[in-house]
Amino acid sequence: MKTTKETTKIVGKKQVRLAGFGGQGIVLAGMILGKAAALHENVNAVMTQSFGPEARGGACSADVVISDARINYPRVTLPDVLVIMSEEAARTYGNSAAENAIVLINENLVKTLPDREDLKLFYIPATSIAEKLGRVMVANIVMLGFIASKAGVVGYESMKQAVLASIPAGTEELNTAAFEAGYAHGR
Amino acid sequence: MSSKAVRTGAHFMSGDEACAEGGMAAGCSFFAGYPITPATEVAERMSIRLPQVGGVYIQMEDEIASMAAIIGASCAGAKAMTSTSGPGFSLMMENIGLAAMLEVPCVVVNIQRGGPSTGLPTLVGQQDVMQCRWGSHGDYEVIALSPDSPQEAFELTIEAFNLSEKYRTPVVLLSDEVVGHMTEKVIIPDSKKIKTVSRKLPKKKPENFIPYAHEEDDVPPMAIAGEGYHVHATGLTHDELGYPAINADAQERLVQRLIRKIRNHVEEIIRTEDAFLDDAEIILVSYGCSARAAREVVETARADGMKIGMIRLITVWPFCERKISELAALERVKKFVVCEINAGQIAYEVERCAGGKAETILAGFMGGRIFTPEELYRVVREAAE
Repeated sequence: MKTTKETTKIVGKKQVRLAGFGGQGIVLAGMILGKAAALHENVNAVMTQSFGPEARGGACSADVVISDARINYPRVTLPDVLVIMSEEAARTYGNSAAENAIVLINENLVKTLPDREDLKLFYIPATSIAEKLGRVMVANIVMLGFIASKAGVVGYESMKQAVLASIPAGTEELNTAAFEAGYAHGR
Repeated sequence: MSSKAVRTGAHFMSGDEACAEGGMAAGCSFFAGYPITPATEVAERMSIRLPQVGGVYIQMEDEIASMAAIIGASCAGAKAMTSTSGPGFSLMMENIGLAAMLEVPCVVVNIQRGGPSTGLPTLVGQQDVMQCRWGSHGDYEVIALSPDSPQEAFELTIEAFNLSEKYRTPVVLLSDEVVGHMTEKVIIPDSKKIKTVSRKLPKKKPENFIPYAHEEDDVPPMAIAGEGYHVHATGLTHDELGYPAINADAQERLVQRLIRKIRNHVEEIIRTEDAFLDDAEIILVSYGCSARAAREVVETARADGMKIGMIRLITVWPFCERKISELAALERVKKFVVCEINAGQIAYEVERCAGGKAETILAGFMGGRIFTPEELYRVVREAAE
């Protein structure tokens, strides 16, 4: 599927899993991706989340299913797109993706790489890009920019609008810079 | 038109938040509760939304008090709700019986998690279905609705308020962790297009008012506290004036009426989503999040040529007895497969109503996660052999 700066109208069903640790904004990233699809590209999207009782630091994942048809089963069974934000997530989910899946990797924190030849791996130093922008917290938004350019599930405009609609007032500049940096890295 | 209470438009919203927005759209002006995973987001959103419309949000010391507070608020004329999960639902049971006995409209949201006891705070179960029906002591009828999406959580919370006002009875919105924490598009319509129902008020003057006088539909008008009507509210068996009457005749009249006012209206109350019942030989029965896996299995099995159909309980209680009995009586209907995240609850209802005319098979999953369509399909294929 071609990704342009136009919207990316999805055909069929795509399963996206974002995985990292609590505190990285994984669930927020899943929310924004789902919102971009459901509200800005007018396809169906469902986001579910999985986390433990810890407030921060525990394993955390967000599943987003996007489809042009009605979505029945809400959870991701085989990710077409796997986004790995941390080493633990890489060990847990690294090899769980569908055949020929796209895997987006935060290269600053991930050491264990999936060892499957069919997977299409793309790397981004999301954490250090975020640090250079002044807040490590926006690594998730950097990754959303990268998703918009590489994953072929939602387009640039939709994702950007969803980011801006989901962040606290006063942080627009920082988040836009994070999003653009992630997007540019994927171009 | 959008209003402060009705956020008209398209939203990407969780099932829990949609419950809160449904309450707002239904005219809820009082929420009392105690936070508990996975229902906390209902309370959280109500704590933000109610003050915006001049309503009251109060965090109580526990769920016993939460239930008591919404009964009090409803007696004072408010549309009132609370939300909880398993452990809190257990604590609410005594006062749910009080609401049934006093005929106080109110809505209890239960976002089910795995039990028993503290169980699985962050993970799904559907194990409170029978507790919802029979959890408080004594004979009473209950209405319970079960959404399978955030959109339906919004709509059914409104419906829960409408039914509770119409029949003067507590109504349970029986959701689950998967639906509660699932985020999807929710379309909130124009406020003018949302149908809301309010309780019957007395037509007589206070001096001529009989609180529990006979009415055609068995639902007496409800006087609002503080408007000059004298109403004695007691959990004891009471006569038409509302005063304790500890004898068999009063018990017969009162409790039979409480039951009748729901049972005589089951055809109006019960809603199901049916698929392929015209030629089905095997029928899946499910509700809440389980129905989403079931629907996937029905689509796959139909594509594989299997004569399978599906009933999704939108209204869990009262149970759709007539539908199951009529289907079971058909020659072609061989089996019901009931899929639920418990060790068998609705399965017993289906078995009872099938009356031995069709076999009932339980696809019961223990919870902690929603079962996959593949797991359910395995049970269905075995049933088909």
